[in-house]
Amino acid sequence: MAPEVRTGVPADRFPASASSTFPYVLTAAFLGVLAASLYTAQVNPRRLLEGDTLGNVLRFLRGGIPPNLSPTFLHQMLRPALETVQISVMGTLLAVLIGLPLGLLATSSLAWSGILHERRSRVGRWLLGFVPYAAARAVLSVFRSIPEYVWAFMFVRAVGLGAFPGVLAIGVAYGGMLGKVYSEILEGVDPKPLETLHASGASRAGIVLYGLVPQALPSFVSYTLYRWECAIRASSILGLVGAGGLGQQIELSMRFFQFDEVFTLLGLLFCLVASVDFISGRLRARIAR
Amino acid sequence: MYELREVRKVFPDGTVALESISLAVGPGEKLAVIGPSGAGKTTLFRILNLTLRPTSGLLSAAGVDVSGLSDDELRLQRRRIGTIYQQQNLVGRLRVIHNVLAGHLGEWSTPRALLSLFRPQEPEGARRALAQVGIPEKLYARTDELSGGQQQRVAIARVLVQNPDIILADEPVSSVDPSLAITIVTLLCDLAHESHKTLLMNLHSVDLALRYFPRIVGIRDGRVQFDLAPDKVTEDLLQGLYAGHQDDTPQLERLHDGAGSPYGRACRPLPGFGK
Repeated sequence: MAPEVRTGVPADRFPASASSTFPYVLTAAFLGVLAASLYTAQVNPRRLLEGDTLGNVLRFLRGGIPPNLSPTFLHQMLRPALETVQISVMGTLLAVLIGLPLGLLATSSLAWSGILHERRSRVGRWLLGFVPYAAARAVLSVFRSIPEYVWAFMFVRAVGLGAFPGVLAIGVAYGGMLGKVYSEILEGVDPKPLETLHASGASRAGIVLYGLVPQALPSFVSYTLYRWECAIRASSILGLVGAGGLGQQIELSMRFFQFDEVFTLLGLLFCLVASVDFISGRLRARIAR
Repeated sequence: MYELREVRKVFPDGTVALESISLAVGPGEKLAVIGPSGAGKTTLFRILNLTLRPTSGLLSAAGVDVSGLSDDELRLQRRRIGTIYQQQNLVGRLRVIHNVLAGHLGEWSTPRALLSLFRPQEPEGARRALAQVGIPEKLYARTDELSGGQQQRVAIARVLVQNPDIILADEPVSSVDPSLAITIVTLLCDLAHESHKTLLMNLHSVDLALRYFPRIVGIRDGRVQFDLAPDKVTEDLLQGLYAGHQDDTPQLERLHDGAGSPYGRACRPLPGFGK
C-alpha cells in the first residue's frame, strides 16, 4: 500500500482522536445519583427480617391459602371483573377521542410548517397554525404529567364513587400520552412519498390520504392497543381510590383482613391482564406485518 | 416546453446551488443532464418540477411563465409535470394499484380520492399503465413486497396515469443494477417517445446518457458547461466536466474501457426496448 493516500482532504481535517470525556462524566454522575438515592430512599434490606415483618407476611399467606373459591363469592366478583374490563375499554376510547384531535393539532407538519402549508400567508400560519399547535402541546403535556391515579382521586371527588371516575381518569391521562405519541408518529413518517405527491400536483387532502395516513395508521392502532393493555392494569389500581372494578373489591377485602378473598381477586386480575395482553399482542403482531 | 434564462438559486444558508442556468427545451425533446455530484443537477430538477422557486431569473414551464404564479396556480401547473426519483418514494403499505392511482390526485376531488382507497376508481387506467411497464400481474400486490426494480416500474406507471406533458427523471437508475438501469432508461425513452412527451433525465452514468439521448447537457458548478449532441461530446469535454471530482471518475474510466459496453455482454438492450 502506498503511504500517500490522495484524498484531497488536508491532514488537519482528520479527527484528532476518538476519545471523549463524556462517558466518564456520565458514569460518575450515574453512580452519584445511585448512591444519593440509596440513602434518601431508605433502602434497608434488614427491615424485611426485623420485628413482626415476617409475622405479618406469614399471617397474610396463612389467611390467603387456600383462596376463597366459593361459587357465591366468585359469582359476586363477576360484575367487578367485567367492570374493570369495561373501564379499560371506555377509558381507552375516551383517550383516543381526546388524544387524536389534540395530537393532530400538536403535529408541526400538519399544523403549520412544511409542504402542506406553502399556500398560507405568514400571519395566517402563525395564528391558525402555530398558536393552536402550542396550545395543544401544552394541554397534552398537563394531561399526561398528572398520573391517572391522581386524576381518579380528583374525579371521585367530582362525580362520586364508581366506574365513571375511573373512565375519566384513564381517558384524560392516556389521552395526553396518546396525543403525544400520535404526533410523534406523524412527524416520523417518511417525507419522501409526501414530497413526491406534492410534486405531482396533489392537493393537501390528497397528500394526507395517500402519503401520511397509510404510513401512520398501523402504528396508531398498534400503540392504542398497547395503551389498552396498560389501561386494564391501571383500571384495577384505580379501584383502590374508589373508582370501581376489581381494585375496589381488593381494597375492601384487605380492609376486612379477608386475605383468602384477596388471593382470589389477585388471581382473577392476573387472568384478566394476561388474556388482554395476549389478545392485544396477537393483534399487534398481525398489524405490524 | 421549458425556457430558463439566467436561473439562479441561493439557499437560505447562503449556498449557491445554481449560478446561472439558461436552457430551452422544445416539446417532445429528450435530453440527459450529466455532471459531477454537487453540480446542482438535483436542485435544477426541483426547480423544473416547480417544487422549488428560483431566487432570480426567468422560468417558463409548459408555455407558462411561472415566476409570477400564486401557489395554487403553481399546483395546477405541477400536474403537467411528472417526476421519477432515485428512490421510488412509494408508500410500501399501500397496494400497487393505490400507488399508481395516486397519479390522479392532482385532478381528483377529496371524496373521490378517499373512496378510491376502498373501491379503486378508474382501475382500467392503472391496469393499462402497469401493463405498459411490464408488471400487469402486480396490480393488487402490496408495494413493499416488490423488488426495487419493480417498484421503480410502479413509480413510472404512476407518472403514466398522471399523464403529464413533461417527464422529469432525477437519477432514476442510481440505485439499481446496470442491466436494470438500461431497461429502465430505454423504457422511459420509449414511453416518452410513444406518447410525445418531453423527457429530461438526470443521469449519473455518462455512458447511458451518450447512448440513449440525442441531446446532452453538462452541468458543473451551477452552470451549463456544454449543450451538445452526443457525438459532439468529446473526451476532453467530459474530462473538463468531471475534473477534480474523484468520486465520479469511475464513470469516465468505464467509458474509456474501449470497445464493448462497460456493463458487459449481459446488458445488451433487451428485445423490444432497442432504439
